[in-house]
Amino acid sequence: MAETKKTKKETAAKKEVKKQAAPVKIKEKQQPRIGVFACHCGTNIAGSIDIEALQAAAAKIPNVAYVDNYQYMCSTPGQKKIEDAIKEHNLTGIVVAACSPRLHEPTFRTATKEGGLNPFRFEMANIREQNAWVHMHDHEGATEKAIDAVRIAVAKAALLEDLIPKKVPVEKAAMVVGAGIAGMQAALDLANAGIKTYLIEKEPSIGGRMSQLDKTFPTLDCSQCILTPKMVDVGRNENIDLMTYSEVDAVEGYIGNFDVTIRKKARGVLTPKEAEGRGLVGGGCNGCGDCEAVCPVIKPNLFEVNMKPRKAIYINHPQVVPLIYTIDFDSCVKCGLCVTACGDKKAIDLEMEDELIKVKVGTAILATGYDLFPIEKKDEWGYNKYENVVTSLEFERLICASGPTGGHLVRPSDGVTPKKVAFLLCSGSRDNTGVGKPYCSRFCCMYSIKHAHQIIEKIPGVKPYLFYMDIRAFGKAYEEFYYRIQDEGARFIRGRVANILEDPVTKNLTVMADDTLLDRPMKLDVDMVVLATAVQPTTGVDTVRKMFGVSNSMDGWMLEAHPKLNPCGTTTAGVYLAGVCQGPKDIPDTVAQAEGAASAASIPIHMGAVELEPYFAMCIEEKCAGCGMCVNLCPYSALALVEKDGRKVMQVTEAKCKGCGTCGGFCPGGAIWMQHFATPQIVAQIDAFLLGGEQ
Amino acid sequence: MADEWQPKIIGIICNWCSYAGADLAGSARTQYPPDIRIVRVMCTGRVDTLFILKAFTDGADGVLVSGCHFGDCHYLEGNYKGAKRLFLLKSLLKNIGLEDKRLRMTFVSASEGAKWAKVVEDVVKTVKEAGPSPIANR
Repeated sequence: MAETKKTKKETAAKKEVKKQAAPVKIKEKQQPRIGVFACHCGTNIAGSIDIEALQAAAAKIPNVAYVDNYQYMCSTPGQKKIEDAIKEHNLTGIVVAACSPRLHEPTFRTATKEGGLNPFRFEMANIREQNAWVHMHDHEGATEKAIDAVRIAVAKAALLEDLIPKKVPVEKAAMVVGAGIAGMQAALDLANAGIKTYLIEKEPSIGGRMSQLDKTFPTLDCSQCILTPKMVDVGRNENIDLMTYSEVDAVEGYIGNFDVTIRKKARGVLTPKEAEGRGLVGGGCNGCGDCEAVCPVIKPNLFEVNMKPRKAIYINHPQVVPLIYTIDFDSCVKCGLCVTACGDKKAIDLEMEDELIKVKVGTAILATGYDLFPIEKKDEWGYNKYENVVTSLEFERLICASGPTGGHLVRPSDGVTPKKVAFLLCSGSRDNTGVGKPYCSRFCCMYSIKHAHQIIEKIPGVKPYLFYMDIRAFGKAYEEFYYRIQDEGARFIRGRVANILEDPVTKNLTVMADDTLLDRPMKLDVDMVVLATAVQPTTGVDTVRKMFGVSNSMDGWMLEAHPKLNPCGTTTAGVYLAGVCQGPKDIPDTVAQAEGAASAASIPIHMGAVELEPYFAMCIEEKCAGCGMCVNLCPYSALALVEKDGRKVMQVTEAKCKGCGTCGGFCPGGAIWMQHFATPQIVAQIDAFLLGGEQ
Repeated sequence: MADEWQPKIIGIICNWCSYAGADLAGSARTQYPPDIRIVRVMCTGRVDTLFILKAFTDGADGVLVSGCHFGDCHYLEGNYKGAKRLFLLKSLLKNIGLEDKRLRMTFVSASEGAKWAKVVEDVVKTVKEAGPSPIANR
């Protein structure tokens, strides 16, 4: 007992010292006293694991000084048990056998701290996610595994050290990648909260997919009418640095201090501001369009889904923000006619080159949106083969007043107004054939119902037929909208379309399906087919995703930190997600998530500083031979060789080190001490499992 | 059942992908055999060949190292470095009289809970087929 008290004094004395000094790496001799707490988690754990047997076995593990169990360790009384036991039993380390450390490690670290220990003297044994829940029918096996998990955790806890998180300042600026409705909303919120925000868009103008839509469901608001005020706000907001026709080139750093390199692609046209920078006061593009009028090069217009021509110098649509022309250098022949037409404004520079711009931001939001699934892969529906089969996005442009036909829906084959139109829902979505996407694209049901309304409104006597599997009208006022359009005369047929045939002369289409409500095959002659095409992540977005260290889900969308409780965050601190890049969602959900992401991204900036987990590498100088192998291994260039006492040793720049341990995994001399994941700690874990031992 | 030989398998897995994937298997209640014990590291780049050799000399019948997919490492390229080291070690295991199938490296992402269950099932099956480690019996 006397010995124990001495230990406590030593611990207290040590803590005093460590408050001022950086954590030391050499462990002093002190008998560890570990407290083990087993959680029942109701029946989640206790249903598969014998907690009594676990506790009895834990009491015999070397260095264990105290054992206890509780129904819910994460509850207030559960945490209190930890705090009290530390004080009453002079514990030097805590092990909680419960859920995943990815869930409750912060909770129990706080409890450990409240009990008077350094919070990093805590180790968790995961006996729920990686045990009770996955061995539900093998109680004996699960209990044995739980005992070993506790053994492994105790071995580490016995060797854990006091660590102090590193506090770093947060740059008072944010970045939003992608300027569709999600990115715009997030940037506006950040900017209005007083944060300097860099909004990066790869296209020449902002607005994203929403700017291509005609109307929005269920309110039938004109998409551009509700979008353009926001676009104008973004263009005018003093806190937003809008960078269009730009892409993220490189990302370095960590939360609070991301160094981002932006590639501003050569657009060949100077803004008034850029012109002023070159000494051309009053010059630069004013969007007059004189250049476009004289340009001899004609290319398909991507914004109009290739259904309208554009010139090599172009703007996407009349309401673009910023109103600056762009030269497509891949098709420009550099004839110089535009330069002459531009005249004194001297806005055009045919020799412009890409520019690299470096900015520093504290947090970043990814809002990179979606592309359509290449629906021609579903051969049976004949997209790209039959002229009158179009995608939903092509339909949006065809029905839009600013679109290629001035809002008159016509058949691409002959320009005639269709009288019977089939809409194929789940085109490529909820498709388990391996060709399409297994997930629901979530907004196709509703926009297809809206499409039906639009043609009923515009074409007298038209007959819309919607082929569906299930109608998913889940949002506010969606179900009511669905009923309304049924009343307007849209026909809903529950059945998937097996294939489509085309009359080679008239180009009319025959849709073959199975009407599952009437339980009979059916054949329907129509003038036109609209495929409610599945969505998929934007092409090439993986590069940006990886630069920011964000993982992806099985289906390719970016992975949120937690699907329910942290849908805007990612596993990279300081990086957040907004909009469809995280998974298909409609405009209301996208805007809501964007506001959530903006709020989350503003928190570290307003706090001014964040704490980083102190899992840094440290050099044990007496063991370091100065070989420099680690220097080349470090993915972050955090290590360097320096001269010290006449020889070379490795030195770590803590601010750059992210704690992966790649250097420590290689060092031939064992000269690298990875804090919290040190070699002796990991070896002790391995030994504890394989060699066991009892006290 | 109780008399059946239980292999000792240790899994050293990375925090960001495989550990999260294993957690996901748990939330989804995907069942797999319990014959594996987990040590969590931040990255498979941290895995020193010493850890694996130590496990084998301690009597492990199998070792699994699992990390992020190539190109998806939370630390950019730690998993490449870890994998390189492991594959080299794998080729050397034969020289000390240990079947290289006792050491396995897999790549399981945070969203691949079902894959994690399959990996463990497969590793347990492989090690059970290989039988007790010749080092463990010495």
